[in-house]
Amino acid sequence: MPQRPIKVLIAKPGLDGHDRGAKVVAHALRNAGMEVIYTGLHQTVEQIVQTAVDEDVDVIGLSILSGAHIPITEKLMGRLGEEEAEDITVIVGGNIPKRDFERLEGLGVFGIFQTGSRFEEIADFIKKTREGGHE
Amino acid sequence: MNKSKSKMEISDVILESGIKVKPVYTPQDIADVDYENDIHDPGEFPFTRGIHRFMYRARPFTMRQYSGFATATETNKRFKYLIEQGQTGLNVAFDLPTQMGLDSDDPLAEGEVGRVGMSVDTLADMEEAFRDIPIDRISTSLTINSTASILIAMYIVVAQKQGVPLDQIRGTAQNDILKEYIGRGTWIFPVEPSIKLIGDTIEYCTKNAPRYYPVSVCGYHIRESGANPVQEIAYGFSIAKAYIDHVLKRGLSVDDFVPRFSFNFDIHGNFFEQIAKFRAARRLWAKIIRNDYNAQNPKSMTMKMIAGGGGGGLTIEQPENNIVRGAYYALVSALSGTQTMALCSYDEAYTIPSKKAALISLRTMQILIEEMGLSDTVDPLAGSYYIESLTNQLEAEIVKCMKEVDDRGGIIKAVSEGYIQSEVSKQAYLHEKKIQSGEIVKVGVNKYRIEEEERNIEFHEYDPAQAEEQVKRLNRVKAERDVRVVKQNLDILKEKAGTDENLMPYIMDCVRCYASVGEITKVLKEVFGEFKEPLKF
Repeated sequence: MPQRPIKVLIAKPGLDGHDRGAKVVAHALRNAGMEVIYTGLHQTVEQIVQTAVDEDVDVIGLSILSGAHIPITEKLMGRLGEEEAEDITVIVGGNIPKRDFERLEGLGVFGIFQTGSRFEEIADFIKKTREGGHE
Repeated sequence: MNKSKSKMEISDVILESGIKVKPVYTPQDIADVDYENDIHDPGEFPFTRGIHRFMYRARPFTMRQYSGFATATETNKRFKYLIEQGQTGLNVAFDLPTQMGLDSDDPLAEGEVGRVGMSVDTLADMEEAFRDIPIDRISTSLTINSTASILIAMYIVVAQKQGVPLDQIRGTAQNDILKEYIGRGTWIFPVEPSIKLIGDTIEYCTKNAPRYYPVSVCGYHIRESGANPVQEIAYGFSIAKAYIDHVLKRGLSVDDFVPRFSFNFDIHGNFFEQIAKFRAARRLWAKIIRNDYNAQNPKSMTMKMIAGGGGGGLTIEQPENNIVRGAYYALVSALSGTQTMALCSYDEAYTIPSKKAALISLRTMQILIEEMGLSDTVDPLAGSYYIESLTNQLEAEIVKCMKEVDDRGGIIKAVSEGYIQSEVSKQAYLHEKKIQSGEIVKVGVNKYRIEEEERNIEFHEYDPAQAEEQVKRLNRVKAERDVRVVKQNLDILKEKAGTDENLMPYIMDCVRCYASVGEITKVLKEVFGEFKEPLKF
């Protein structure tokens, strides 16, 4: 039986309108065979989690370039917990300084991809994470 | 080129615009060029060489670093510092809540107050930001779009309170909403009412503040979102034409308001391609305005611009290299005949500039114009076989791209349906792939990379305490204002927003009694609704 493709929600939380990276990664993951949904801009954490649950996605990719990645991610992880949707893999991309990696990982973020990360690296990471039995 | 003479392998060079570059250019490449028709002297139609006769010999480009953070008090200090250091204009960065029409106490603003720019809730903040700064002598650019009408209103009221007559107010507002739908993303209202608001500001300023530039059309952010240099200019011009067409319907003539249009374009990528791009753009704009709009006043035909050393060219890796990139961008800018220059600072791949980084950018421009002789003579590259040939080819490509937009039903339709957005994002994807494959070299990123590099740079730190301070300030202003008058003016604005009347006087009334950006936006949103983003990538 053919497996369903990995379903990814690329999300732009908050007010930051820099969506070049989000769209480019969405494009790349689609080309890598995944089903990709893009939330569009100015999403609240509640809206993102709602979409993720409604669409039954495997992965949420948060794209944040404003510098507000810690408070936003913290809120999102909390909300996923409330929705009992912790099985969704959360990855974060954008302008994320190395010094914040530990903090984000501590919040439950699976992968962090700084601007300029290679497409294959992101796609392979997602495939390995989802196909490697993380359920 | 005679290939048989040499066995040397010469690989193709193709610019981002798709133009193939020859290894050698000769007089034959510009044999068709007629000096008077195609190039001409600076200050003469078609202004290829520059819009003024003596350019920087008469007046150096304005140096206008984009700045602003935290509260108006902090920003006022930074403004004064930059002016003391020789900066000749201001360029205000607003935080995202201000750009999105949210007050600093709005739950949606959490974590963003004062983060990427100055927070403005009410007129009190703008008064504070410009305290002891002479508005009639320092020209100020407001980087604001969907809430531009409100911020322009505040700026005008501050000027009035400083005793500056309306007709003496100088400066520029970005006020370009169509590009916000394509890139940058600080849109609020749907397309039509947003354009109407821009029309209101243009009409108001034309009639009352004639020295003010009410709109600066930004190819810049379209390019930053992934567009190639041809698309940057073509989409920018198509947008400018949409605003002109709108305002013409109000009974103004082209020569009434187009002299006060300005542009904001981007510099990164191939050195010569950028220079030729600006020369081509200047010539094409002059032709469009003269031939398509029958303008009579040469000032309508001159493309005034700020050229920004683009963040898109800067790298996270080996960030000090960005200082060097900035210097080359500044050189392009000066060789392109820009009126105003701004440079992204070397730390901007990370965050908004530190004080030190902002100063280095300013010094870069000062060194160029005051040490290196860039002001000595106008358009020194004119007549170069390569530059003139490239200028011609780029102009032809821009014309072609504008035609594609027209064939799609015009820029408003093409943006509303997401066509432009998807063209731009396609380019961004292809560009990124070329970087990842090494086809496009980025030093320090895909070549000469240093794994585990040390970065001992002091970055600008966001201070959450400043956000709390801002909320306190808003509460204080709200407590002191006359609530009855505020409500009255907001009610009037709401009523007028449903009509064809120019809203600027009503927005100014709201601003004057300290109605907040959030309150005014909310009223407009109730009437206009919100933009539905086409989710194309």
